[in-house]
Amino acid sequence: MSADRPLLQVRNLAKRYGARTGCAEVSFDLWPGEVMGIVGESGSGKSTLLNCLAGQLAPDAGQVIFDTRDRGPVDTLALSEPERRMLGRTDWAFVRQNPRDGLRMAVSAGGNVGERLMAVGARNYGTIRAAALDWLARVEIAADRIDDRPASFSGGMQQRLQIARNLVTGPRLVFMDEPTGGLDVSVQARLLDLLRGLVRRMGLSAVIVTHDLAVVRLLADRLMVMKSGLVVESGLTDQVLDDPQHAYTQLLVSSVLQV
Amino acid sequence: MSDYNFAYLDEETKRMIRRALLKAVAIPGYQVPFASREMPMPYGWGTGGVQVTAACLTPEDRLKVIDQGADDTTNAVSIRKFFAKTAGVATTEATAEATLIQTRHRIPETPLTEGQILVYQVPIPEPLRFLEPRETETRRMHALEDYGLMHVKLYEDIARHGAISTAYAYPVKVAGRYVMDPSPIPKFDNPKLSGCPAIQLFGAGREQRIYALPPYTEVVSLDFEDHPFDPSKADHACALCGATASYLDEVIVDDAGGRMFVCSDTDYCAGRRAAGDPGEDAA
Repeated sequence: MSADRPLLQVRNLAKRYGARTGCAEVSFDLWPGEVMGIVGESGSGKSTLLNCLAGQLAPDAGQVIFDTRDRGPVDTLALSEPERRMLGRTDWAFVRQNPRDGLRMAVSAGGNVGERLMAVGARNYGTIRAAALDWLARVEIAADRIDDRPASFSGGMQQRLQIARNLVTGPRLVFMDEPTGGLDVSVQARLLDLLRGLVRRMGLSAVIVTHDLAVVRLLADRLMVMKSGLVVESGLTDQVLDDPQHAYTQLLVSSVLQV
Repeated sequence: MSDYNFAYLDEETKRMIRRALLKAVAIPGYQVPFASREMPMPYGWGTGGVQVTAACLTPEDRLKVIDQGADDTTNAVSIRKFFAKTAGVATTEATAEATLIQTRHRIPETPLTEGQILVYQVPIPEPLRFLEPRETETRRMHALEDYGLMHVKLYEDIARHGAISTAYAYPVKVAGRYVMDPSPIPKFDNPKLSGCPAIQLFGAGREQRIYALPPYTEVVSLDFEDHPFDPSKADHACALCGATASYLDEVIVDDAGGRMFVCSDTDYCAGRRAAGDPGEDAA
């Protein structure tokens, strides 16, 4: 996990749904501590790409090479299912758009945060509980809510809980699928603030899929613009947003309402 | 005898069940699917256990059937009669004399010995069922030994009640591999699962699953380091025989809050009384 090689290398990733293209010819490097944004309209293949990267979908072609702690760069698509699952709950995290998909709604907040710890072998209740309290505090959820179920939380709190649940094992790479979708703007702003702080402080690398350009402007170092399953433009975030080259990117940037 | 084939089921069905049983014994704790038959009793009354018993019975066997430890409750009496009629085998209420014991939700207090078979009736064989509703997913979790969720359930118990409040069907890990639902036996009986000299077979009729513990299999009840497994029972002595180490049933005796605690294992209790060990309330 040295900084002289990328954390994640994606080579010619492709996923087809029958005759249709989910995504194709996607290649990029993600370096440690870097945040990559993926933007594009609905149906452009953003979520397909993210799911392929995170091992939730099996791509038809390409390589996803992750720099593991113990074995160095490994093609995660060639890993066995148990190894991929282990990666999925230690070094990787996946934050979903709808917190109901990423949380266990019938399990208390503490149990939700502790699940990943228990999945990798934590067997001391006191330690798990302390870690849960610590993480609830980090995502600004009051300690006395630890035994409440997420169903009694607001949307913003649920999303923050989902983030705590994912980051508790200290992952190095976070996949986020529209982390601010469905939240009102003031809650979005707080969540973004929190995410930015966590990402910077923990030195996380992240791949963030969104259609909200403000999110990538705040969080992402680099940006990829997707259309019809292909990457049409990529570069530094400010560069792409301030000086868009591709016609679609220009359309995307000019579509944002200025308040 | 009667017009039934020996032990009610036809030979092909028994053969199919025996194949499942062999596989189950070969992979301790693994749930083997089998083509469960309709039995002349409702689901939930022990259709799985009855089929396993039918497949294991030989004419020389001596059968004992217990329901929550008791030999004389409806379920136990009717299953015992069923096999007395369809198989013509000898029956007994004494644990030590039986070669095959079908049980609902208890393990007899009298230690089992080599050569005995204990058949459990299982309502829900999947220990992860109420944590993960998808059967496809639970099977994958078993295959990948992905059991973190089981501890989430125990965590929730402690967070809500201050202690692991699961009192029956307490999850166990078998031979260091599969997590298994020991059927709804009280957790007091869990330690008896481990290293037992008898063969333990589990049949779930409605769910069409068979699993097994071969003799002397290591069975560990799941717990936390700082909240260890506690095989608790009511803190009393049996009112009839005075036993302090057996699992007790609480019996309400009047409308004024009166109650007594008696051994749930009727054979064990009767044996102690016959041997002259009367309890405090014994007349």
